[in-house]
Amino acid sequence: MDKTVNQKAWFLVLPVFLIVAFSAVLPLMTVVNYSFQDTFGNNQFFWNGVGWFKELLDPSTDLGSRFFASLWRNLFFSAVILAIEVPLGIIVALSMPRDGWRVAACLVILALPLLIPWNVVGTIWQIFGRPDIGLLGYVLNNIGIEYNYVSNEFDAWATVIVMDVWHWTSLVALLCYAGLKSIPDAYYQAAQIDGASRWAVFTAIQLPKMNRVLLIAVLLRFMDSFMIYTEPFVVTGGGPGNSTTFVSIELVKIALGQFDLGKAAALSLVYNLIIIIVCWVFYTVMTNAGVDRQRTQGAA
Amino acid sequence: MSNIAWMAWTLPTAIFFVLLALTLLTMTYLAAAYPEAERVGILRIPTTRGDRLFISLILAAVIHLLWIGFIGTDSIATLPVGEEAIEVSSLWFATVISFVTAVLVFRTV
Repeated sequence: MDKTVNQKAWFLVLPVFLIVAFSAVLPLMTVVNYSFQDTFGNNQFFWNGVGWFKELLDPSTDLGSRFFASLWRNLFFSAVILAIEVPLGIIVALSMPRDGWRVAACLVILALPLLIPWNVVGTIWQIFGRPDIGLLGYVLNNIGIEYNYVSNEFDAWATVIVMDVWHWTSLVALLCYAGLKSIPDAYYQAAQIDGASRWAVFTAIQLPKMNRVLLIAVLLRFMDSFMIYTEPFVVTGGGPGNSTTFVSIELVKIALGQFDLGKAAALSLVYNLIIIIVCWVFYTVMTNAGVDRQRTQGAA
Repeated sequence: MSNIAWMAWTLPTAIFFVLLALTLLTMTYLAAAYPEAERVGILRIPTTRGDRLFISLILAAVIHLLWIGFIGTDSIATLPVGEEAIEVSSLWFATVISFVTAVLVFRTV
């Protein structure tokens, strides 16, 4: 049967196209223009070719060393929080009640940190960790553990990581819980009849069923932590020294602190490219994971 | 012109964006005029022409950045054009490699 094709619906999308052009495409084009030029303000620009990119990709220059240092720092941060949040989120989801009023209570408590804006989370932890008036800082120092996130690099890192874990483990836990809820009881009954151990149930039933939501969780948490700005900016301001200066903080320092629009534009384009590539890989893996499984099942 | 001065247009970036826009328009026209089915290539993922263009463009960006980072942009030739001779950067090799990669992507991915 031939379907009637009506293309008039495209006109309904037109406002979105215009808004995106205005809010995303034009600024992005401007960033590309800036990345090939230098400016001293007053809208006067001087052609610099690929000079900024050369500097950016050469670790022996100031710009390059700052870019690579913040990039490795950021990747390390993402790796650490993923290594903590994903297993922790799974454990939390596994130990949540399956029914009754306690489910609702758990869900509300878990969702609370997710509802708090980033800058407020930063402020909470900034005050919480202070050695003079903050509960955490005061207690740690009084039981003999020297803790000062303003002057000690390790303490600053620990604070930023614990803060992120506190803020976002709930997301992983809630996603995993949703995945667990979708497993029919029959699977567990079958496992019980077979006398499967708790570990066997986890690896053979629960983990495979959580596969998709875990992928989403890893993608979301990676992207979010790779683009993190507000929380470490509020708590440590990128310090002590540059020890918690992540890529976005470095970018803002260059763009708005030094007003080096060309350098900042080159950095943001490379940053953007990394994010696009990672997103594309994750998206492709996610959308094709199910397809592959169907195909193999179909063949079997 | 003065009210778009903040966008800092230059001839090379303008040419780049015009070429990009023309590519997208051509691809849109092709998609409408000659619809095609997804196919599975060496990456073992279903791709359309649009996907292959996306992969080619991203690869082109990566190839140029790698070239700038590892090989540099030394001048390889000087064209005797105009009063000031035009220097040709070795970065054009990256552009050539990108085109070859794009052809390979369109044929095999």
